[in-house]
Amino acid sequence: MSLLEIDSLAKSYGSVTALRSTSFSVRSGEIFGFVGSNGAGKTTTMRIMLGVLSPDGGEVRWDGRPIDHAVRRRIGYMPEERGLYPKMKVGEQLVHLARLHGLPKADAVAAMERWTETLGVAERRGDEVQKLSLGNQQRVQLAAALVHDPDILVLDEPFSGLDPVAVDVMSGVLREQASRGVPVVFSSHQLELVEVLCDRVGIIKDGAMVAAGGIDELRDVGRPRWVVDGPAAGTPAGAWMADVAGAVPVEGAGTRTVFELTAEGAEQGVLRAALALGPVHELARVRPTLTELYRDAVAGRDEATDATGTAGTTGTTGTTGTTGTTGTTGTTGTTTSEATA
Amino acid sequence: MSTPQQSTRATRAPRSTGAWSAIRLVAGREIRSRVMSKAWIITTAVLVLAVVGGGIVLNLVTSSGPDAQDVGFTSEVTELQQPLVATAEALGTDVVPTAVADRATGEQAVRDGDLAALVTGTPTDLEVVVDADLDSTLSTALTSVSQQAALSAQVTALGGDPDEVATALATSAPEVTALSPGDTTDVAQIAAGLLVGILIFMSIMLSGQLIAAGVVEEKQSRVVEILLASIRPWELLVGKVLGIGTVGFIQIALVAGAGAGTAAALGLVDASELSLGAAAGWLVVWYVIGYLTYAFALAGAASLVSRQEDVGSVIAPFTTLMIVPYVIAISIAPYDTDNTLVRWISYVPFCSPLVMPVRVAVGGVEPWEIALSLGLSILVIPVVVWLAARIYRGAVLRTGARLKVKDVLAGA
Repeated sequence: MSLLEIDSLAKSYGSVTALRSTSFSVRSGEIFGFVGSNGAGKTTTMRIMLGVLSPDGGEVRWDGRPIDHAVRRRIGYMPEERGLYPKMKVGEQLVHLARLHGLPKADAVAAMERWTETLGVAERRGDEVQKLSLGNQQRVQLAAALVHDPDILVLDEPFSGLDPVAVDVMSGVLREQASRGVPVVFSSHQLELVEVLCDRVGIIKDGAMVAAGGIDELRDVGRPRWVVDGPAAGTPAGAWMADVAGAVPVEGAGTRTVFELTAEGAEQGVLRAALALGPVHELARVRPTLTELYRDAVAGRDEATDATGTAGTTGTTGTTGTTGTTGTTGTTGTTTSEATA
Repeated sequence: MSTPQQSTRATRAPRSTGAWSAIRLVAGREIRSRVMSKAWIITTAVLVLAVVGGGIVLNLVTSSGPDAQDVGFTSEVTELQQPLVATAEALGTDVVPTAVADRATGEQAVRDGDLAALVTGTPTDLEVVVDADLDSTLSTALTSVSQQAALSAQVTALGGDPDEVATALATSAPEVTALSPGDTTDVAQIAAGLLVGILIFMSIMLSGQLIAAGVVEEKQSRVVEILLASIRPWELLVGKVLGIGTVGFIQIALVAGAGAGTAAALGLVDASELSLGAAAGWLVVWYVIGYLTYAFALAGAASLVSRQEDVGSVIAPFTTLMIVPYVIAISIAPYDTDNTLVRWISYVPFCSPLVMPVRVAVGGVEPWEIALSLGLSILVIPVVVWLAARIYRGAVLRTGARLKVKDVLAGA
């Protein structure tokens, strides 16, 4: 099993520090989502991985060896700033790029035909790139990243500017590449998409990785939170569970109360207390979505440096976050069976 | 799961990984995309037409004298046809000899204007019939031929061999000692010098600007980032320079070929005065040197900016460096081959490719001067390439405002 390791990368542009000490690793066959606010260091990291930029410190390894020119030629790369020769025909351009990556001519032509077919731009092969719509240019750009049959995929914002159909095509291609054993690293601001598509996620902030791991792993941070839908929350919220040991109410609205566990299994006590008060419609584990995790991670920076940003960010996390969560957690089924047991 | 796939990848057709194949691919793309572009085809066609047209105009201007003169010969003087044609040609007039049946027919043809003159009588006692008066050149030629015939007759009468005497006369010529050689430059040499100067300047300038625009095109369209993810910056730079250089070379070869062809076909250049082959050979050598020097310099400079609009200003120092010696070269060198300023700048790298070929075409350049000038220029090329490659590598991925050379070198 090959491993792509990004180890303590550091980079500054003059007095601006772009990367402090960024580390993460991607196994072959894994899709790694790279999220972070604009200017956090995603693009810099990817450019260093491609050797387009040299780091001030740290290194990128593949199979335990520092990545070199030969390995880099085997990477499929989609830069943040899209770039193709505007006046070159789609087909010629893809063949040229494949050959620059070392493919013999016949293989390059075959790969160009296969990928333009897969990505739905086959009938535009004879057109100049500049004559294509932005969406189609994006598809050609992805084809350019895939046309040399890469061993590693590094895609900077591959989903930006795509219509829903193209997003599906792109997701399908990434999954298929991963199932071939290719490690896929991509950055995106579309966190729902990252959550659905990725095996693992890294959140970068101010040039340093603040969280990295499997999605479920990341969502299980802190004390476990549960929500119960039954007795009126009351004021203060969850006053009705005051007698249950190991459960601390956090917030409540209507008939829904969110509480944190300080002792394992205490949710059963909460369920009993709730049932004693009336019917219970739901008892479920609450896991933060990637969006919430992301906001929490980024909020830390905002509080320190940006006073105006803080109010907006934390405000949305606290209120809309929780109620939105219960629907999307997907754990409802298991927990209700837990409740009936 | 990746193991079996990677093993199949390894056994697939071998991938070419050498720098040379990357350079060849980049150069090939440049050549294809330029040579097939309308702009290039039109520019080349215009240059070729200009050279051919210029040759034709020059021919009309220089050969404004009368056209070939038809001269009739009666049977008694047929043997004088060839000597007259040869003598007239040496004097600069073409004579077309025509055999005439008898004097009456010939006189009629002269009256009708079909013949400029009718030669009759006997070789030693020539009679020339003309309509009104005899063309002075033709008169001189006829006198000379007549004298020759009289001389031959006397030599024969004295028991000598007229052919021997003719040979002795032909090889007898004064030895000329010039006290200040080179001061007299003929029109063909001046024209050759001007043509070489203009051609080499235009070629280097056009190719250099193509390079600069090409570098910025890749930077502006951001395609350079995916290119540099697969090949090294110097491979891209060298491929681009070689590709566009080849395109420029094809252009200069077509134009030089058209020029030489026109000159040869119209007889504009006397081969004894000017060696077309040597001039063309030096033109090629200096084009290659000048092109390499300026192409790398301009590529390095152009990589500092991100928009086509800024290319002109960033390469201005180099275009000035081309224009000044060019103007000096074509305005002084052909007329004053000994000029001190021209001599000195013809040794200086960056200037010499624009000046030395003009001096060589005009003539009067010592071999050591060419050697010195070539040597210095060739020595400078690696320095320019090294510096340009460093700047290019440091700057080509940094888009935005114009970069400073100092910052780029510090960051590279």
